[in-house]
Formats: sequence, structure tokens, C-alpha cells
Amino acid sequence: MSDALPRPPHLRPSALFDAATIHEIQRAAREGIYKIRGFGAKRALPHFDDLVFLGASVSRYPLEGYREACGTGVVLGERHAAKPLHLDIPITIAGMSFGSLSANAKEALGRGASAVGTSTTTGDGGMTQEERGHSKLLVYQLLPSRYGMNPRDLRQADAIEVVVGQGAKPGGGGMLLGHKISDRVAEMRTLPHDVDQRSACRHPDWTGPDDLEIKIQELREITGWEKPIYVKVGATRTYYDTMLAVKAGADVVVVDGMQGGTGATQECFIEHVGIPTLPAVRLAAEALRELGLHRGPVKLIVSGGIRSGADVAKAIALGADAVSIGTAALIALGDNRPDLAEEYAKLGTAAGCYDDWHLGNDPAGITTQDPKLEQRLDPVVGGERLANYLRVLTLEAQTIARACGKSHLHNLEPEDLAALTVEAAAMAKVPLAGTDWIPGQGY
Amino acid sequence: MGEVMTKPEALDLDRMPVRDLNRRLQAAEPGDRFEVVNPLGRHSLAVGLTRPVEVTIRGHAGYYCAGMNDGGIVTVEGNAGTGLAENMMAGRVEVAGDASQSAGASGRGGLLVIRGNAAARCGISLKGLDIVVGGAVGHNSGFMAQAGTLVVCGDAEPGIGDSIYETRIYLRGTAKGLGADCIEKEMRPEHRQHLAGLLQAAGIDADPADFRRYGSARQLYRFKVANLGSY
Repeated sequence: MSDALPRPPHLRPSALFDAATIHEIQRAAREGIYKIRGFGAKRALPHFDDLVFLGASVSRYPLEGYREACGTGVVLGERHAAKPLHLDIPITIAGMSFGSLSANAKEALGRGASAVGTSTTTGDGGMTQEERGHSKLLVYQLLPSRYGMNPRDLRQADAIEVVVGQGAKPGGGGMLLGHKISDRVAEMRTLPHDVDQRSACRHPDWTGPDDLEIKIQELREITGWEKPIYVKVGATRTYYDTMLAVKAGADVVVVDGMQGGTGATQECFIEHVGIPTLPAVRLAAEALRELGLHRGPVKLIVSGGIRSGADVAKAIALGADAVSIGTAALIALGDNRPDLAEEYAKLGTAAGCYDDWHLGNDPAGITTQDPKLEQRLDPVVGGERLANYLRVLTLEAQTIARACGKSHLHNLEPEDLAALTVEAAAMAKVPLAGTDWIPGQGY
Repeated sequence: MGEVMTKPEALDLDRMPVRDLNRRLQAAEPGDRFEVVNPLGRHSLAVGLTRPVEVTIRGHAGYYCAGMNDGGIVTVEGNAGTGLAENMMAGRVEVAGDASQSAGASGRGGLLVIRGNAAARCGISLKGLDIVVGGAVGHNSGFMAQAGTLVVCGDAEPGIGDSIYETRIYLRGTAKGLGADCIEKEMRPEHRQHLAGLLQAAGIDADPADFRRYGSARQLYRFKVANLGSY
């Protein structure tokens, strides 16, 4: 319950200076520092909710929901890797570092992903034995900071992801505050215990697509040309970034829209840099189509705001081969649970709004390095929750695909979609529902 | 009678692709010796070595020579391109000539010797590797360097040690401007001893007494809005 008195009906609040804006101005004036948080863009953005599927009818016939097969597998790395990844479902776990997440959370992610035949990803801080041991398929990130990077772990990985950027902060580096620097985290990152650890925004040894091509060649030489190599970018100039990543030799392009949320950073960065996932997936798919590689040897993974099987199906229909989840995976593990309401209130927040993932005092034991808090997350139980959630996403996506008459999720296509808003029609380049109009393409 | 040194195995890059070269070197046994001829600036030469094998590259190397070296002993009898010995873990890499930018980037262990000059960002993001440069280094060398040592026998272009953490920098020449949070520190006897050991290991004849030490003022370790001008 709020202690605030009810506002008399004749007093009109400003739409421009709403309560949250006023609060933030006052907080900034008081504290003299910008607001940092996780959880991705919170303002309303054009998203997959603005699209609907055109289920089968007279002109097309559906597949029987509980009888006829609808494939969900995807192979990543067929372009150059001797050992491509075979995923049973097209939903992967995004990179989140040990350091930002507890060891138990990393283990739970590995358990959950492995139970349903998909991959998880390391993050900015190196590989832990918990996640390697519990992840059947593990993608190892090569990040600008190179925290924890070593060739032994590179060879232990099943795939390598060169991270150029992420949706929460394309063009920005990161910072792990001293609150979360345990002895183990400090050792893995080769830094003193009591510092706020800055992560660089640029790689230390390459700049631009020509260098990236040589860098990827080096990684392949070190790992015997076995492993798929991904290139991950935050969604901005997505068409060109996709083209350049392919030119540089990527097996997989990962595009993270501005709703991508687990990376904590300045709120002004989260809300104002990057483009939404909706146009990003279409732009990346367009680039691959133009190169003649779409649904071919180069695969597209899209992330940023994937919540449901409908989102999965829409991303795939627009051209993704797979999606990746971060925020939703943390919620599945138990983040923002209502039963923690009292503890969230003590932190000045509420279940459903908790986004201080960088502070290390997470009552759910997920985004913390506090040994007591960490124990609150049972990695076995967390893994089961995540596996359940991934199964639901898959079943939902299959349900939609069958309704559209598709025997594999990858058979979904833009022609199966209609847009509910002009903005979504323009961004996704699918017709506004009830018309054949795509803004920018005329009649 | 001393041990008879066998002739190194010659690997000619005019006759074999880089992929086969690295496959051969990575599979070699400790103590095996190789000479790589006709390198012609090719990239990714002798990368990912995991054993103490000796590799001599007779000519210039391109990008990422000896990248992620983990025990190999690699000598380049020429110049080396960008990212020389990047993320090196252990072993020794030596370049007779100059090295391009980002030499030793994020290196974690071992010794990197550059007898000539090193370009910009030498020792960037350093994490434990010791680097000895016989000549000068380019701008922003030692940027965000966390651990290990950067020895520069010549001058340093602007921005040396910018945002440095716990890496030690020993500079004989002139620093044309220190980076943020980098300061000159007292050169105590233990530092001269440390430097003397590195110079000796590198085979460089220089007097430790001629060097000055630089390191972190540790003012930017915690993010504070009061340091706005430094960010």
C-alpha cells in the first residue's frame, strides 16, 4: 500500500514530468550520480506484441496440434566449424557473467538449458566449472575486457561468441561494482578486491571489420577450426553490422535489441541507445537474404525482450533461426518473485520492479555474490524451473507454427504475420492488419 | 660431451598453409624446434601453442603472431603485426624488430621482448605478462593494465598508463604525458631488483638506475562523481 495521499481529481499531473521523472530529477539532484540499473528498456516500444499471426483458414490448412510433427531443432556453425552445435530447441541462454550472477545461478542456467537440449553462454568474467560442468553446450564469450579469457577454456567451449556489443548498451562498456567483487571474482578478473571493475567498450587488439576477420581466423587456428564462431552486436546499424559480421567470417550473427536487459548500465543509455528488437530482426534477416545465406550456413540469433512462445515464433517468422533469453531466464529462476515482496520493500522496490541487479543484494540469490543470499537459489530447483519455462516456450511456438500449417518453426515466414500498428508494420515490414499496406512500400 | 642439438624442422609457408603450420606446432612435443620460412607477414602464425616448443620465424609476421601462447618459445626475426602475443599465458616471445599496435594485449604470463619499438596500446589490458620494449612505445600503452610489467627503454607517447590498475611501468626515456590516474612512483631497491631481472631475462643491456617507475594513483578505483573530469 502506498502512503501517498490520493490526488484530488482537479489537480492535473504533467504527462511530460510524470511521477517517475520527477522522482528521478530529485534523486539526481540529491545524489549527484546517474541512475544505474538492469532489466532493459522499460518504456513502451514497438515489439512483437504489435504483430499477430494469420492462422490457417480456407486458403491454408493447419497441422494437427497434438499429432503432426513440428520440428524445433537448429544447427549452428555449418559454415566453417568442424563441430557445429545441434540444438533441440531454438531458444538459447544469453551471456551473463559469473560475477553479475552467482555461481548457483550459473549452474541453474546450465542445468535448465541442458535438460532441454540447448546452450548457455558464459559472460564477462570467464568460465566457471559450475557452468561448464552443468552445461552440455556452452558458448564462451570473447569480450573487450578479456576478463578470465584463456585458451584452455576456449578449447573447452562448444562455441565462441565475439561480443561487439549488447542491446542494453551498444557502444558502451560495463562496470561491476565493488559490492559484488568476491575473492573468487577478483581472482578470475585479475583485479584488486575493492575496485569497481570497468569493462572496456572496445576490444584491445582489433578495430573494425577487417581486423575482426583476422581475429576470427586466429580463434579458429587456436581451436582447430572446430568451433562455431558467433559475432554478437547490440542492435543499431543492424543491416550493415550483419553484413560485416558475415564478411568477417561469422558462423552465427547474434543481434540484441534495446530491450535486452541483464547488463546493468546507465538508465539513459538503456532507454535511449539502440533500436528495438522488432526492426533489428528484420534488418538482420534482410542482410542475410541479400547475401543468399538466410536459413543457410550463417544463422541468426535474436534477443532482447523474448518472453513467450509467441515472441519466439514471431522472431523466427521475421527471420531469426533462434532466439536468446536473459531477463526471462532470470525471472524463471525466481527473480522478482511476489513471495519476496517484503524484502524488496526493504530495498525500496517491489516484486516486478526490482532492477538493481548490479548492487549484489538480490533477495532471490541470483544477481549476487553474497554467500548467504546465494544459498537461497537451489541450482537443481532453479534448473528445473528454467527447463519447464523453456519447454513452455517451445510448445507455445510449436502451437502457433502448426496453426499456420508449418511442420518446422523455421518454416514460419513474414507472410504469416500482420501488424497491429503502423509503427510495427513499418519496422517489421509486414502489412498492417486488414490491409496490404506496408509503410514505405506504397500500395 | 654436451647434448647434441638437432636441426630445427623447417616449415615453409610457401609450401604449406598457415592451418597446417599451426596444426604441426600445436602437436609438437616439448623441446621440439622449428624454423618457419617465408612467413611474408602472414597472420596467426604459431598461435595457441601449449608446450615449450621453440619456433623461429625467419621474417616478418602479421597479426596475432604467438597469440594466446601458453608455453611456446617464439622468436620473430623481423617485425610483427597487430596483437603480437595477445592474451599470452606463459612462455617467451621475442621480436627482433618493431611490433605494431596492441602488442601483448591482455597477456597473463610469460615474457614478451620487443627489441625495436612498439606502436600504440602496447600492453593494453595487461593481466600479468611482463613486456620489455627495447625502444619506444606508442600512445596509450598500458591502457587499463591490471597486472604484470611494462618496461620501456625508450620514450612513451602520450597517455601511458591511462586508467592503470596494478601493472608496474618502468620507463627509461620521456613520458610525453601520463594517462588518467597514472603517476610516477618511488623507485625503491626492490623495484630496481625486479627491473634488473627483467632486463637480464630480455637480454637487454640497460642500467635500472636510469629508469623511473609509474603506476596507479588508485584514485579511480571506485566510481565517484567527484572524478567527473577524469572519466
